[in-house]
Amino acid sequence: MEFIAVFLPLLGALIAGLFGKVIGDKGSQFITCFLMVCAAAASLFLFKDVAMASNPRVLEIFTWISSGDLNVSWALRFDQIAVVMVFVVNIVSAVVHIYSVGYMSHDPAKAKFMAYLSLFTFAMLMLVTADNLVQLFFGWEGVGVASYLLIGFWNHKESANSAAIKAFVMNRIGDFGLALGIMVIFFAFGTLNFDEIFIRVEELKDLHLEFLGFDVHMITLACALLFVGAMGKSAQLGLHTWLPDAMEGPTPVSALIHAATMVTAGVFLVVRMSPLFEYAPSVLMFICILGALTALIAATIAVTQNDIKRVIAYSTMSQLGYMFFALGVSAYSAAMFHLFTHAFFKALLFLGAGSVIHAMSDEQDMRKMGGIYKLIPATYIMMWIGSLALAGVPFFAGYFSKDMVLEVAYADHTWFGMFAYWVGIFVAFLTAFYSFRLIFMAFHGKPRCDEKVMDHVHESPKIMLRPLYVLVIGAVTAGYSFKELFVGSDRGDFFGKSIFVLAENDTVAAAHHVPTWVAVLPAAVGIVGIILAWVFYIKCPKLPEKIANAFKWIYKFFLNKWYFDELYNRLVVKPLFCFGSLFWKIGDVKIIDGLGPNGVAKLSKKTADLTSKLQSGYVYHYAFVMLIGIVCFVSFYLFKFNG
Amino acid sequence: MTTVASGLEVSLAMSQIELDLNVVMPEILMAIFGMLLLVFGVIRGKNSLRLVSYGSAIAMVFVAYMVLNLPVEQENAFQGLFVNEWFSSFMKVLILMGSVISIFLSLNYLENNNMNRFEFPILILFSTLGMMIMLSANDLMTLYMGLELQSLPLYILAAFKRDNLKSSEAGIKYFVLGALSSGLLLYGISLIYGFTGTTSFETLSQTFASDENISIAVIVGLVFIISGLIFKISAVPFHMWTPDVYEGSPTATTAFFAIVPKIAAMGLIIRILFGAFADLIEQWQQIIVLVSILSMLVGAFAGIVQDNIKRLMAYSSIGHIGYALVGVAAGSIDGVRGVIIYLTIYMIMSAGVFAVILSMKKNDRMVENISDLSGISKSNPAMALLMTILMFSMAGIPPVAGFFGKLFIFQAAVESGLYTLAVIGVLTSVVAAFYYLRIIKVMYFDAFEDKFDKIQGKSLATIMTISGIFALCFIISPDILFSTASEAAQSLWAE
Repeated sequence: MEFIAVFLPLLGALIAGLFGKVIGDKGSQFITCFLMVCAAAASLFLFKDVAMASNPRVLEIFTWISSGDLNVSWALRFDQIAVVMVFVVNIVSAVVHIYSVGYMSHDPAKAKFMAYLSLFTFAMLMLVTADNLVQLFFGWEGVGVASYLLIGFWNHKESANSAAIKAFVMNRIGDFGLALGIMVIFFAFGTLNFDEIFIRVEELKDLHLEFLGFDVHMITLACALLFVGAMGKSAQLGLHTWLPDAMEGPTPVSALIHAATMVTAGVFLVVRMSPLFEYAPSVLMFICILGALTALIAATIAVTQNDIKRVIAYSTMSQLGYMFFALGVSAYSAAMFHLFTHAFFKALLFLGAGSVIHAMSDEQDMRKMGGIYKLIPATYIMMWIGSLALAGVPFFAGYFSKDMVLEVAYADHTWFGMFAYWVGIFVAFLTAFYSFRLIFMAFHGKPRCDEKVMDHVHESPKIMLRPLYVLVIGAVTAGYSFKELFVGSDRGDFFGKSIFVLAENDTVAAAHHVPTWVAVLPAAVGIVGIILAWVFYIKCPKLPEKIANAFKWIYKFFLNKWYFDELYNRLVVKPLFCFGSLFWKIGDVKIIDGLGPNGVAKLSKKTADLTSKLQSGYVYHYAFVMLIGIVCFVSFYLFKFNG
Repeated sequence: MTTVASGLEVSLAMSQIELDLNVVMPEILMAIFGMLLLVFGVIRGKNSLRLVSYGSAIAMVFVAYMVLNLPVEQENAFQGLFVNEWFSSFMKVLILMGSVISIFLSLNYLENNNMNRFEFPILILFSTLGMMIMLSANDLMTLYMGLELQSLPLYILAAFKRDNLKSSEAGIKYFVLGALSSGLLLYGISLIYGFTGTTSFETLSQTFASDENISIAVIVGLVFIISGLIFKISAVPFHMWTPDVYEGSPTATTAFFAIVPKIAAMGLIIRILFGAFADLIEQWQQIIVLVSILSMLVGAFAGIVQDNIKRLMAYSSIGHIGYALVGVAAGSIDGVRGVIIYLTIYMIMSAGVFAVILSMKKNDRMVENISDLSGISKSNPAMALLMTILMFSMAGIPPVAGFFGKLFIFQAAVESGLYTLAVIGVLTSVVAAFYYLRIIKVMYFDAFEDKFDKIQGKSLATIMTISGIFALCFIISPDILFSTASEAAQSLWAE
């Protein structure tokens, strides 16, 4: 069963990738989708078996590297958090696979696309089921590569290529941190296996290291480095600029990678390493503050964006911020819960947006939409459901998880917890506002596109709509039905040993005793946000422009994404570029090439000519060389022996 | 009474012979198979190449199976003339595999180039038998016997295309120089025997362990023995025959030369240096270090200017032997393990490369220039891809198999403090990467000329594919080979 859930996507990728031409587009679409659905079914079963029945296990496949102290195996670790991730990844991936059949129907390279999707899914599964940090790193890099391939899938577009490169480079910075973190852990713990690390945490919790005159707490250092990796993958502030640009990829890709799965890898990493992070309170504090800031900044940007996919992309970033500040207050289960519900409604929103884009003849600008709700009712309803869940309106999935995240922040009773709570409340308001801004702008009001496009507006084919029903069910019920398991009184049984929280940090338990207003406030500001959006974009559509003009400076600041890209360009890219060309023209071409490669190459050529000239072809020359050789050896020993 | 006693003695002696025979059973069977096949071939006459080849292959697979079933522990036979343990079993299986591969590589080539004679596989079989005896030698006399048994068929194989000037020349050259090296070896053996009074490895190692003052003559004898053996693995300065013989011999023979005999000779060197002369490590380490450095340098630099791919492979093999010798020079159990891993990977890679070389055929003629490969990525994309993987592996670029071979060798060298050797090894492998990468460049970026003829038969394509996949997928589970090699290396030390 475990093998079915993990290796079928790989099989699909191999078949579609290698034999795509042989079995044709239809064949590869069918095979990848079929295998993916089987994998999803298997993960459903596993979810029941492992998580519900508390039956975690590790399946050793075989030893990979065994060298000195380093013992690394290929193994599938199916504990509770892994199985939650496998469940989410496989379900969303299956939905996206089927949806892609319809969405990519006009694309010439269907088999390749399906192969990449399946490959990505496999890499993600390797990441979440890893039993050691090396295998996790393998999956981590695997999703990086697959994401690069998928973002740049339309490689005839200049912007897609640069977005793919940007995503890759930004992630590389994070990966560097992760790799260093893994090395520090190996240095400190002498093993990379999760179980062995976690066992030794208790005895090594006070390990310090003298490094360059600094006294470094090992676990803090390791956690900080791991978190850099998590920041890159999960688009946290500082390393976030790739995520909005990644929207250049086909929309199903955005739904799968940049909403439901890959970006949550960072959250997963922190949860997986919770036994370590628990002993690094300063890192947790940093995570909490950074998460809150990410949530805030992303939300403010989302309010001003006009590209339908970018709004959702920034909302993803903002929701990831929520997850991280929950992690920062040790509420790992609350973060997992939000991750779980978020995957459903965010994938739904993305795929719904894809359906809108499909209907509008590939138009993504919301200013050119409007008035289409009657023409595409099914998509419209789904977008509503997704947005209600995202806005945290009561009894939709997002309501339960977002409430929980905010309550734990409040219940932490630290200054940064409070900070996160109030920022989170404000962001909840913004979230509701921009999600309904999206709905009202895209679907309501007067049509703002030309007639040709308007005539062509049509509901998406069934193959695109049907899979969304699965997500709709998730977006509506995932919160209510899993609340008790993830964050309620059953959470101890549900997560078992896969999450470790120090007794004094147990904010999830404390969250059940917060004042009522703390719990009610998020939903209340959410509803206020929706009403405000209605006022702004339906009731008096002039208002937004007036406000934007009145606060021109702030508006521009938000619209240009807080000038992060420009800042990086000025501070990093340009100076590096200058340095680069300086070193290239003077250092490399003149000094190194002149003396180094070219000089050495000439020398090599000469040596080579000389040695081959010795090869005369005469037997007596050869015999002579042998005898000279032996004479040299013998005389060497004679001298050595006597002297 | 006397009759009873002598009866008892006879039965004891009989059971001793039975025990001895058990140890050498694979070799005996191999010899019987060889002779049977020879008789069969002679009776059947022409056109029995295919049948005899299949017969030899089956015989060797069967013998390999028998070897695997021998006990892992050390076993002596015939008063210590012959020895077998897991190390020699492993090496024997390796060379048997290599010989089977060579037979399949050569079949089509022989048929198409007027060498349709059944003696070819039988010569390979007898040569392999000699190598098996070499690997089990526990006495200088056994060693010499095995060595000659493996060499004589090789001389004939080199001159197998006897109506061809180059091939006969290769055979003669190899024979003359081989005889010279045998002379050196015998002279060394006589010196050792003269000054220690024994030819048994065990007695020799006991003598050196207890005797503080080693006579200079013994060391000179050791130098001669090592020189004689180094000739067989074509390390510098006893390498001069290699490029000429590789180029002149029929390609099928070259493939066999590249794949099998060096592995056996390397195994023998390890056995003799770590067995009989283990306590003289101070003395022999310096020769091995020097030879290793020279081989790496010559292999890397002389290969650069070659145009003929068979000649290139000759230099490549000299270089690879240099790397393997680094592991021997390390003088440790890790070093031996590294050598075993290196040779195994090298054998499989070379088999793939020669499968490619043997499929280089244009308009019914074999071609062997590197430039003939130009642009084949367009006409034979699969072959070009496999060759690329193999070239990367030969160059030792991660993550393909060849990288791991080098990694373990250098690791062992560094652990034994041989930093210079490791550094030179890394540097020369950079130089050598040039000619491997050049082949890739020629295949992918040079103008497309003529298409190759369709590859005949399935064996070449199969060997190529298996070898390429092995090189590529080795990283997934390197541990299988590592642990087996560790056990093999350990069995040499176990008393």
